[in-house]
Amino acid sequence: MEYVNLKINGLNVTAPAGSTILEAAHGAGIRIPTLCYLKEINEIGACRMCVVEVKGAKSLVAACVYPVAEGMEVQTNTKKLLDSRRRTLQLLLSNHDKKCLSCVRSGHCELQELCQELGVADEDYFAGEMNHYDLDTSAVHMIRDNNKCILCRRCSAVCEKVQTVGVIGPNNRGFATFIGSPFDMGLGDTSCVGCGQCIAACPTGALYEKDNVDDVLEAIADETKHVVVQTAPSVRAALGEEFGYPMGTDVEGKMAAALRRVGFDKVFDTDFGADLTIMEEAHEFIDRVQNGGVLPMMTSCSPGWVKYCEHYYPDQIDHLSSCKSPQQMFGAVTKTYYAEKLGIAPEDIVCVSVMPCTAKKFELQRDDQYAAGVPDVDISLTTRELARLIRKVGINFRSLPDEGFDDPLGESTGAGVIFGATGGVMEAALRTAVETLTGKELEKVDFAEVRGTEGIKEATYNVAGMDVKVAVASGLSNARAIMDKIRSGEADYHFVEIMCCPGGCVNGGGQPQVHADVRNFEDVRAIRAKALYDNDAAKSVRKSHENPSIKKLYDEYLGHPGSEKAHHILHTTYVKRTVN
Amino acid sequence: MAEKKSTVPFSGTKEQEEALLKVINELKDEKGALMPILQKAQDIYGYLPIEVQKIISDETGIPMEKIYGVVTFYSQFTLNPKGKYRISVCLGTACYVKGSGDIYNALMEKLGIVGGECTPDGKFSLDACRCVGACGLAPVMMVNDEVYGRLTVDDIDGILAKYE
Repeated sequence: MEYVNLKINGLNVTAPAGSTILEAAHGAGIRIPTLCYLKEINEIGACRMCVVEVKGAKSLVAACVYPVAEGMEVQTNTKKLLDSRRRTLQLLLSNHDKKCLSCVRSGHCELQELCQELGVADEDYFAGEMNHYDLDTSAVHMIRDNNKCILCRRCSAVCEKVQTVGVIGPNNRGFATFIGSPFDMGLGDTSCVGCGQCIAACPTGALYEKDNVDDVLEAIADETKHVVVQTAPSVRAALGEEFGYPMGTDVEGKMAAALRRVGFDKVFDTDFGADLTIMEEAHEFIDRVQNGGVLPMMTSCSPGWVKYCEHYYPDQIDHLSSCKSPQQMFGAVTKTYYAEKLGIAPEDIVCVSVMPCTAKKFELQRDDQYAAGVPDVDISLTTRELARLIRKVGINFRSLPDEGFDDPLGESTGAGVIFGATGGVMEAALRTAVETLTGKELEKVDFAEVRGTEGIKEATYNVAGMDVKVAVASGLSNARAIMDKIRSGEADYHFVEIMCCPGGCVNGGGQPQVHADVRNFEDVRAIRAKALYDNDAAKSVRKSHENPSIKKLYDEYLGHPGSEKAHHILHTTYVKRTVN
Repeated sequence: MAEKKSTVPFSGTKEQEEALLKVINELKDEKGALMPILQKAQDIYGYLPIEVQKIISDETGIPMEKIYGVVTFYSQFTLNPKGKYRISVCLGTACYVKGSGDIYNALMEKLGIVGGECTPDGKFSLDACRCVGACGLAPVMMVNDEVYGRLTVDDIDGILAKYE
């Protein structure tokens, strides 16, 4: 690699040729504030927060897009620069709804933080005309409050480039510019898939999930209701960030303890639902291979991906596995098997899920998710909402003991845990499918080829004399690449795993928001995924079909995977949708 | 600015659609094809309603929001057709101080549309314009090429009646 030498704030710095001033400064331990910049997603140099002085340049330059050059002399923190950044913030605040006290982002808002750092006070802005927008509440999962939007375009860049959905973008011009959908459509009227990556990208409180924390508290307060909670695999890998733990800390034990203290009657684990999904999905896969079913079979755990397939590839929905997602399987088993076992009417059970996901709020309202005649899952919270719930009821998370989940729906295997990372569902399915097909115990349960955060991974495994070709994709732009190949007949995969969010659920749209200062320089996906793979490696049982509670569920209730009863309770259907 | 769906029902013809599809096919593989496609589409239809933007989106794979964003950014593009009678009210300085703002507001009220839109029967469209070079007659409005000067709000009914 070629390097160039430059001076930043008088220090000699060496940086790879082609890197930006921002990257070179970061490498030298110098922070330049940013606001609109998201690495590889939104590199437009628009907000002017990262301006620096370059000797010989006619004006201040945007460090996020300005390349370094040999002999360059850069200043990042002169008074002129601080004044310029301060002025930029004052102009942003002049058209910003400054209700920080009630704002969901207060305390971890990038705009608020910059104002504090640079000493921009509440009263300290240009009084002038302000835009007033109605909240867009049309989507099932989220709200857009354009009164808090700073037009950085991080959300629309993620939507268009990373997810290739592109249902939001800048409309109009100048002061009338706002981020929205075409022809005054609400987000709920568009082909938005609900992934929530726009929320994860937003630096302010303009985008947030519809908050169901109070619905949960209301259910818990109702003594006629038996309230159970299930937590998705990747929630334990990220919840700690909300309480000051380093990224990648597995807080499974404290999370279970917190949920018990919140007042849930039973603290269960979606990992059980994940193990159950593997039983059904592996069976369905083997059935499709042996009986000439539609191949490749594609996973259906990720509701954002499922909705994307329905909107953008409606001619391909037969590829989707008919299995409900782990969240829904868990809910369905809770309201049937578990309800019967305890002698509680399904309508008296409230099933709450905690998910790294905003699309789950949409999924629980889908048709054909009512195994017991009532919704399988009643309320779905994001990881962020769980953190708010824990704080709201006054639990000191850090001082909690580590506790376990309750039986029987809290028992899970390592295979269930890794569902939260891209490649995890594939690996878990392979562990079960290979042993089922060969009838022999696997020598090694790790399928390393499908691990890692690359957008698309491919592998071929020889199983019982047959070459099984698999592919794994995360992020919908990668899903699109695979789907185009499948549609054209170019791909000859047997089994494909797709997760809507880049890196899988660990990086889901419902996870704690990561400050751009961190996100731009660290691989959040890999750090969080490691917590799940470590959790898996430490488990004594690492294959779904060896989960004792799962075996019991089939023995006592479902019969065998793919049975008529299993089909009624654990499988679903899909619909063709249009692009708007 | 009018930014909603057009007030006039869409009445695109088969010929117009064929012409549009031909344009898209010629241009769609070129980099930066959206602008020329939109310009030609507006030449064909006279405006760019949701129906036309949808065809462009479906054929090019460009998300509709991206297209709508471009259309609403450039003032040369319009979401509404022009009426049989195009009314322009001058909001230039001289006309404005002589009260053309009141004329403009009264027209919006009488026609039941806002500036930039067209009446549902396709008869009248209304726009604000800058100086038409007749400041001596301020306040001024034009209906197609006809100039009306020294206007008061009371004159409007009589002028509109001439075109009914």
